[in-house]
Amino acid sequence: MIWLDTIMQGILLGGLYALFAAGLSLVFGIMRLVNLAHGDLIVLAAYLVLVIATALGFNPFAAALIALPIMFAIGWLLQSLLFNRVLDDGILPPLLVTFGLSVVIQNGLLESFSADSRKLSAGTIEASSVSVGPVSLGITPLMTLGSAVIIIWLLNQLFYRTALGRAFRATSDDAVTVQLMGIRPKKIFAIATGIAMVVATIAALYLGIRANFDPSIGPARLLYAFEAVIIGGLGSLWGTLIGGIVIGLAQSFGAAVNPEWQILAGHIAFAVILIFRPRGLFPRATD
Amino acid sequence: MLPSPKSVGRFTLCLAAIAMGLALVAAPFFTSRAIIQDMFGLLTLLILAMNWNMLAGFAGLVSVGQQAFVGVGAYVMFAAIILFDLDPLLAIGIGGLGAMALSVPMAFFAFRLNGAYFAIGTWVVADIARLVAGQIKALGGGTGTSLPKGTSKEMIGVDHIQALMKISGAAAADALVYWLALALAACTLFASYLFLRSRMGLGLQAIRDNSAAARSVGVDPLRLQLAVFVLCALGTGICGGLMFLQITRITPDAAFSVIDWTAFVIFIVVIGGLGTLPGPIVGAVIFYALQRAFADYGTVYLILLGAVGIGTMLFARKGVWGTLASRFGIDILPLRHRAPKRTAASPRPRATSVTASH
Repeated sequence: MIWLDTIMQGILLGGLYALFAAGLSLVFGIMRLVNLAHGDLIVLAAYLVLVIATALGFNPFAAALIALPIMFAIGWLLQSLLFNRVLDDGILPPLLVTFGLSVVIQNGLLESFSADSRKLSAGTIEASSVSVGPVSLGITPLMTLGSAVIIIWLLNQLFYRTALGRAFRATSDDAVTVQLMGIRPKKIFAIATGIAMVVATIAALYLGIRANFDPSIGPARLLYAFEAVIIGGLGSLWGTLIGGIVIGLAQSFGAAVNPEWQILAGHIAFAVILIFRPRGLFPRATD
Repeated sequence: MLPSPKSVGRFTLCLAAIAMGLALVAAPFFTSRAIIQDMFGLLTLLILAMNWNMLAGFAGLVSVGQQAFVGVGAYVMFAAIILFDLDPLLAIGIGGLGAMALSVPMAFFAFRLNGAYFAIGTWVVADIARLVAGQIKALGGGTGTSLPKGTSKEMIGVDHIQALMKISGAAAADALVYWLALALAACTLFASYLFLRSRMGLGLQAIRDNSAAARSVGVDPLRLQLAVFVLCALGTGICGGLMFLQITRITPDAAFSVIDWTAFVIFIVVIGGLGTLPGPIVGAVIFYALQRAFADYGTVYLILLGAVGIGTMLFARKGVWGTLASRFGIDILPLRHRAPKRTAASPRPRATSVTASH
């Protein structure tokens, strides 16, 4: 039964990785922007939730509700002031700008909060679990996976059922022609990054409840998120969820064999899948 | 015939370069050991920067995994010294070959990924290398290991230098690794120049500027990019060995540090001028000066560096050197090819000839 337990833990961990990756997938799908600061922005959101929770004495879930609009604004501003200026000229400028931003955020957090690791305490819900047959599942990991599924479903609804989603898809297809239809691509991009930051905040909430975090953990989360996006196939949100679960399962099995192999197993699963399926499992967009 | 003003400029420039080169070579004879150690640090940064500039600035390969080559170069060197008792000089060379050996499967994997995803692919491979290095128990696993005391003093040639210059063994070892770094930097610069001026280099820049057009005139992108990737792995790996011979202690996190061996290097090249040969030199000097001035401020310094990098991308995309060069029309180490001259007898060419420029 230990294997069944490992599989379940892996799938639940995958939910967290899918949350890390969903914002990245959205932004890449719409504007082909690879945001190397995404991991650090998730960590920034975790600190923001922590600060709100401590200052107002709120539960982290309530604090996250306040953090959501703030992070949307941060995403909107980053896109308007920074990323939009470097989108037009090849892949290098956006990569370097987001890489610079990553270093700035990481060290800014280090300066303000020190290197001590922090945690969001959500009270009794953290330790409670339900028994499903022979395995027992934690409530918060279940909520994480549930949130990932709901968010990806919502993003898909937004994408395919609303006027904003139509604008997203049209801008993604042809950012010049949409301007003839009265859409301003840069505004669309700013909204998209804002939404990505909202998803990042929810990811940060579960990250902070699940484990300790400190300013230096952003880049590793970025790698897991990218692995999930690439495994899933560029531009497919459900693919990103599957990609997250693949990484979660690989890490969980790696850790079951030897705790030191957890991260390594995830990376190797990513490499192997990419060798056989260079465009991921469910490719939708071509890059 | 009198030399034209332009060739006089080039002649003075050549003289200045030679004088500068001689001064750098002779530095250990007339400066203190501390300055030599500082200059060694500057040179190793420069080597890393020149290699990354070849990849990102000329071959269009934006690697965020250079720490893989530094780390493997250093780890293989440590293994050769500690486990096989080889001479450090030989061990550094083997370390470089080790990095080169990693670059082939890494290219096989990462070249499948387009553009920005190539960056992530190289980063993941570097992280795999870091985690695997942490599993090597013979080299201390995750906590790392140190070189035996006095290893660098036993290098071939150190005793000669010691006798010649009448200095301590440690100072002689510092002088030797300084000269090695200087030679590696000079080789990298010279080889980059020759390569970029060659037919292959022209093809490489054509790929970077427009891959489809380059292919249509018969340039094979994969072969050229692979060649550059593998050679840059060699240079970066040797540099890693040199640096860790001086550091004398290795851990997976230090040897495969993305901040130290890739992020700083990217900022150096971007600030100095991406895609130009003098850019990394200018960038390394600026970076080093900033580091000396602000190192005490730690994190604030890094925030400043990141901000300067972002600012460069927003407002002066060509970097310090590129901006100066285009404003004043200077072009040291030019990579432009002049169109073939038309003689009076030859007919006017029908189609305009294609000139490559950066």
